[in-house]
Amino acid sequence: MSTDVEPVAGGNVGMGSEYLEVRGLTVDFDGFKAVSEVDLTLFQGDLRFLIGPNGAGKTTVIDAITGLVGATGSVNKSGVELLGKKVHRIARFGVGRTFQTASVFEQLTVLQNLDIAAGAGRSWWTLLRRRHGVLPAIEEALETIGLAGLADKPAGVLAHGQKQWLEIGMLLVQNADVLLLDEPVAGMSAEEREETGNLLRRIGAERTVVVVEHDMDFMRAFATSVTVLARGRVIAEGTVADVQANPKVQEVYLGTAAAGTEDLEAS
Amino acid sequence: MRTFVGRWQTWAGFAVAAVLLFGVAPAVLSSFRLGLLGQYLCYAIVAAGIGLAWGRGGMLVLGQGVFFGLGAYMMGMHLKIADAEVRKQAVPDFMQIAGTTKLPAFWEPFSSVAFTLLAIVALPTVIAVLLGLGVFKRRVKGAYFAILSQALAAALAILLVNPSFHLGGSNGLNGFRTFFGFRLSDPVNRQMLYFIAAGMLLIAVAVVRQLMQSRYGELLVAVRDGEERVRFLGYDPANVKVVAYTAAALFASVAGALFAPIIGFITPAQVGVVPSIMFLIGVAIGGRTTLLGPVLGAIAVAWAQTTFSERFPSGWTYAQGLLFIVVVGFLPAGLAGLGTLLKRWRRRDTEPAPAPEPEPEKVGAST
Repeated sequence: MSTDVEPVAGGNVGMGSEYLEVRGLTVDFDGFKAVSEVDLTLFQGDLRFLIGPNGAGKTTVIDAITGLVGATGSVNKSGVELLGKKVHRIARFGVGRTFQTASVFEQLTVLQNLDIAAGAGRSWWTLLRRRHGVLPAIEEALETIGLAGLADKPAGVLAHGQKQWLEIGMLLVQNADVLLLDEPVAGMSAEEREETGNLLRRIGAERTVVVVEHDMDFMRAFATSVTVLARGRVIAEGTVADVQANPKVQEVYLGTAAAGTEDLEAS
Repeated sequence: MRTFVGRWQTWAGFAVAAVLLFGVAPAVLSSFRLGLLGQYLCYAIVAAGIGLAWGRGGMLVLGQGVFFGLGAYMMGMHLKIADAEVRKQAVPDFMQIAGTTKLPAFWEPFSSVAFTLLAIVALPTVIAVLLGLGVFKRRVKGAYFAILSQALAAALAILLVNPSFHLGGSNGLNGFRTFFGFRLSDPVNRQMLYFIAAGMLLIAVAVVRQLMQSRYGELLVAVRDGEERVRFLGYDPANVKVVAYTAAALFASVAGALFAPIIGFITPAQVGVVPSIMFLIGVAIGGRTTLLGPVLGAIAVAWAQTTFSERFPSGWTYAQGLLFIVVVGFLPAGLAGLGTLLKRWRRRDTEPAPAPEPEPEKVGAST
């Protein structure tokens, strides 16, 4: 799994690679626009962080892309329009996500969790027979996420950080090339954050990874590009340095949220 | 090596069960008691399916009486027509008393043996698939699903009483004389019915075992514990649930079809809400997430009901209710969970600081 390629802003593969293009994404909850007119363009090999104050609509963007909430606009993954498709169909097009609270199947072993994640395309004939051996892709994912020694333990006994890694491993074997991670390091220790960040860099080289995060230190250490959301709109986008220097971003994070948004809407 | 031992154990388990059911039971039990055991085995077939749908799939199937009743009534209709044909009569005896001289149209196909057997298998399957897809695709689950399935059982019981269906009203269908040409008054033929039920139970357990241990079984548990998460992995959980629900419906129908000739009658009271809950009690007491827990629980509860209600006619109902409450409240894994619990206590005694071991069996699954 280890490659020399690192994720870089704008993607590391160039034109013709896999991409996710979000245009005019709007989520309307009975008149309240949780997300309005969001544009995002993500290329393979980009490790994009999605940041913003509470209620900025970061998770809602992920929910809309994965089909959990209805939205208008367009979400195009390498030529396929995802909006309007059912959740499990979108997942089969290679869009995987994690949740703020780790949601692995606690009664099943680590191996079983990964085997299920790898199996969405299985025929009934395969499903109705017993699992024998370990698929090479699962073996590889177990190494990547560092849980090879715990493969036969029930996921319920894993530490919080390990559960999050298992979730990321599930996305890997699911063959998702767009990974949407919702606060993957929340509640982790400093070492676990470090390891998670390195894990993201390793897997991000060959995929498009979007990380919703509150932890600014984590973002500075690992992001290759950053999109800042406030009040459901994109207010800034660029490298970490660009975004940090952006006065609008400073306003949103330092001033009151209300003042910041009014200014934004005026501009 | 381990799989070899495991396989050997499985075959040994089935062999022991076969010896008990086919050898020991007929040898030591009177014809009457063997008939009772046959009834319990029918309940156990229903329970095996409930264990799959409820224990592993998290679907609280409170209305299995519907499918049990479908199987029982379809078999009952065929037996009544066959009895009438033997006596060279146009319609079964109870219709003559009611003044009906012509067989109702929907009764007609059931004069065919092949049609009846096919319908017993196919009708519940089709109904369960359509119902399951309709319900699970709309993401109806939990208590709402339980109430819906229970309402169906209540509705069926009311429908069956309706005189325009010519199904014997609240008396149901009774007085079966023959079973596919074999006279039911002959103990040998009654024993044959028992053997069929025993064979069906072994088949049902084998099918449920395969489903539980396959990849599908793992997926079913995943759907039970995190339906939304499974969706984001690219599966449609509705399809996964429909399979377990349909298997449970099919088992219930086959069990009903055997139950009617074994007990000799079938009434709306045997397929309504109360029996539907009774099916569940045995499963809960035995241990709903295990393979054999529901089967043994159903047999034990049915046996206890017969034994105790012979001596304390009204007391047993209370005892059963109490047992149910105790199990649901304090032993969510049922009696099968007792072994695990004891093992953990023993380990705690012998080892001063045990590692945080998880329960090997699924305890306290959400419903």
